[in-house]
Amino acid sequence: MSQTALTSPDDATEVVAVDPAAPPPMSRAEAWRRRGPLLPALVFTLALTQVPFLMTIFYSFQKWRLLGSGEREFNGGANYVAVVQDGMFWRAVRNTAVMTGGTTIACLVIGLGMAIFLNHAFPGRGLARTLAITPFFVMPVAVTLFWKTAMFDPSFGLFGFISRTLGLPQVSWLTEYPMVALIILLTWRFVPFALLILIAGLQSAPQDQLEAAQVDGAGVMLRFRHVMIPHLRPFLELAALLLAMNLIQTFGEIALLTAGGPAYATTNITYYIYLTAFNAFDFGMASALGVVSLVLTIALIMPMLRLLSGIFQTEGRR
Amino acid sequence: MTAQQTRPGSGSVVLKQRPSTRKRLISIGMATGAWISSMILFLPIAYMVLKSFQTEQVAASATPQLIFTPTLEHYAEAFDTGIWPYAINSFLVMGISTFVVIALALPAAWALSVRAIKNPQDSLFFFISTKMMPIAAGIIPVYVIASNLDQLNTVQVLVVMHLGMNLPLGIWMLRSFMQEIPHEILEAASVDGASSLRVGWSIVLPLMRPGIASTALLCAVFSWNEYFYAANLTTTSSTLPLFMQKFLSFGELYTAQVAAVAILVSIPVVVAGWLAQKSLVRGLLFGAVK
Repeated sequence: MSQTALTSPDDATEVVAVDPAAPPPMSRAEAWRRRGPLLPALVFTLALTQVPFLMTIFYSFQKWRLLGSGEREFNGGANYVAVVQDGMFWRAVRNTAVMTGGTTIACLVIGLGMAIFLNHAFPGRGLARTLAITPFFVMPVAVTLFWKTAMFDPSFGLFGFISRTLGLPQVSWLTEYPMVALIILLTWRFVPFALLILIAGLQSAPQDQLEAAQVDGAGVMLRFRHVMIPHLRPFLELAALLLAMNLIQTFGEIALLTAGGPAYATTNITYYIYLTAFNAFDFGMASALGVVSLVLTIALIMPMLRLLSGIFQTEGRR
Repeated sequence: MTAQQTRPGSGSVVLKQRPSTRKRLISIGMATGAWISSMILFLPIAYMVLKSFQTEQVAASATPQLIFTPTLEHYAEAFDTGIWPYAINSFLVMGISTFVVIALALPAAWALSVRAIKNPQDSLFFFISTKMMPIAAGIIPVYVIASNLDQLNTVQVLVVMHLGMNLPLGIWMLRSFMQEIPHEILEAASVDGASSLRVGWSIVLPLMRPGIASTALLCAVFSWNEYFYAANLTTTSSTLPLFMQKFLSFGELYTAQVAAVAILVSIPVVVAGWLAQKSLVRGLLFGAVK
């Protein structure tokens, strides 16, 4: 203590402050000196995220159609009334829920199964794992185009060939089951993500507890249920949250695979806002859609965020 | 596992052998399951590689052809389709945005870990919360501002948006690496009278090199693959995902060509992903798990 105090005789508080367990009162100058390095990133993020949102709220109370007069004028809450009464919007909300929920669950189930397989040592495990995570890295737009013709197409695609070989009826995935096709593609792309997280979970399993349970005569299933699942829970929750966060924003896969169709069957909120803004050029309406979707997302994410805060707190304190 | 083998046996051969045979069967089953599931995930990519070496006639046949004379014509053609301007833009946007992310995130991570501000958790949650907002909700003001500044259809606007997209990730990830630097090292440096800048530059920075590398790799991957901003803010002067989009209208008759281009544009990030595998989890989880 006395040694370190020598290095900064003008500001004794800094020395104690190195110990994170007991944050001491900071002088004002010191507090600002510490904030300094954070400011560029903070100001930039504020400018880039908060300013557009404030502007979106402002625009959402305006009548602003680029295809009409193009003039902007205040129209009260007319856009919001239109959003709430818009059947298409609520359909987009439903589609978003089905797409996000379906893919998240599929990814967690498949990811957990594969993580259990891949957690065992076997020859070529590194290679198998590398192959398995590759779908997450290939350019989404590029593979979506390939899936569209080479996988889903009923006459040229691999799925068509497999069902022909097995004597099953030929299915035109993109017109008959567009949502299922989209969920298959998204699941394929995001299983590696769930897999990586859950492998990390399995590898940090409490070995001592598992062995203790084994010595006590607990079988594999019992050990999995009572030791592994409680240990994996935060990993499953975190994976679910991050998957949902990513999937709720899905845009490229929809734009290229189905263009939201047929008949809006695969239009999610993001794609619907895009259509309103850049196809119908109704900026006022699109802004109101943005605000409503933000409110819906916050209502959905907030409970999850609290969960996340618990996870980060326990993981962060090392 | 080893507990069973080293258990002081009472001499009963049957008891010893039964679990070991069962265990071997289980581990063979596990390995088979792992290989089959991994192969299924990789199958579409393998199929894409296969098709890219076929002529369009072979690729368009209803039955997948496994035996054929490979051709490189689609790879050669890929470079004649005007890919270069897009590829150069992709490298520019990726390189500049990733560099600036690291440059801004390093000091921020420092202020959130080594010489921490009061309540660093609050700032951290602000950064992660920006990742949870729907991107579409803010696109109109961004479009309007970019249009007013005459920046639509430029590399700059994409650089700025990718920066905003990756900065929270960079801060979280770098902070989690920085927290692992042993306190004693930093304290010893302070004792020797080194200033904060000195400690940061000549002690923390060298120790952070692997962390910076994997953070940069992950940011680069996300920037390279980004499509939403590219599609909404740019048209002709854009990045590779928008170049790929042109092939949408080509249909089944150009599957092999699409496959070849898709592989070419994916190679840089797939290689980066393979290299960064180990530290990937940390980034994907915002550094919450080691």
